[in-house]
Amino acid sequence: MRMLALLLAAMLAAPSAAQDAMPPAPFAYRQLDDPEQEAAAQELMETLRCLKCQSQSIADSDASMAGDMRHQVRIRIAAGEDPDEIRQWLMSRYGDYVSYEPVMSTTTWPLFAIPVLLVLIAGLLFRRRFTRRP
Amino acid sequence: MSWRMWLPFLVFFGFLGLAAYQLSQPKDDFIKSTMVGKELPYFTLPPASLDRPGVDSRYFYDGGPKLLNIWASWCLPCIAEAAQLEQLKETGVEIVGVAIRDKPADVMHFLTEHGNPYTRIGRDDLSEVQLGLGSSGVPETFVIDGNGVITYQHIGDIRPEHVPVLLEELRKAER
Repeated sequence: MRMLALLLAAMLAAPSAAQDAMPPAPFAYRQLDDPEQEAAAQELMETLRCLKCQSQSIADSDASMAGDMRHQVRIRIAAGEDPDEIRQWLMSRYGDYVSYEPVMSTTTWPLFAIPVLLVLIAGLLFRRRFTRRP
Repeated sequence: MSWRMWLPFLVFFGFLGLAAYQLSQPKDDFIKSTMVGKELPYFTLPPASLDRPGVDSRYFYDGGPKLLNIWASWCLPCIAEAAQLEQLKETGVEIVGVAIRDKPADVMHFLTEHGNPYTRIGRDDLSEVQLGLGSSGVPETFVIDGNGVITYQHIGDIRPEHVPVLLEELRKAER
């Protein structure tokens, strides 16, 4: 019974600090008025990684930093910036990490090269196995 | 039987071993800024407290290396590093603060409680400067040389063992 009371108390306890008291950024939750621009912003936000939560895109996260990143994306799109430019702007600060869209670079090229290589090896093996010798 | 029969098994167990090894390695959760070695982005921030001026990026071009501390009154590890910042200030280091998503009243409360090592504190309500620096959390501390170039990033709270490291980085930034 004491255990149950303790559990209930723990459930009702107020979440502790380490959360800011500021309201979310103006465009964290507000969509852009132009539906075309909003669609471009949404598409970009879904491929940018939340830095606080790490396994979510900024479109999915309620972390205040993700909200601030959505704000940046939306005001930059509204100002006429290209989505790829905004991605580049973030990648020049946080590296490949921030983008869910893989790019070919000096560290990622094996990801693209190895599958091609494996398919080639498999093709060669099959050819050798299935060609009848005279 | 030819030895080749064992080749697929070898490849398979080799892969298994590699995966097991990688899983047992500790994961580095820090996202390092790729702005280290580059110039500060241009920014101007209004003051975050009543008794310190705001921060302008041009302030970092006066020839002397400084620390730029990203913090917030709502951040618990920031309380833990307060003593180390005080210690750095006492050795003559200039520390410029950037308060993330913070209210002046909360900032003042924090500073009276835990000390004020800052010469200036900028108010970054939209994390714009934080994003501009490639910082992904609070607290973080950057070493900026006298020409506005970021030379070092410390992620997380400054513990006593990090103080000599920061002093050494500041010394290096002086050249």
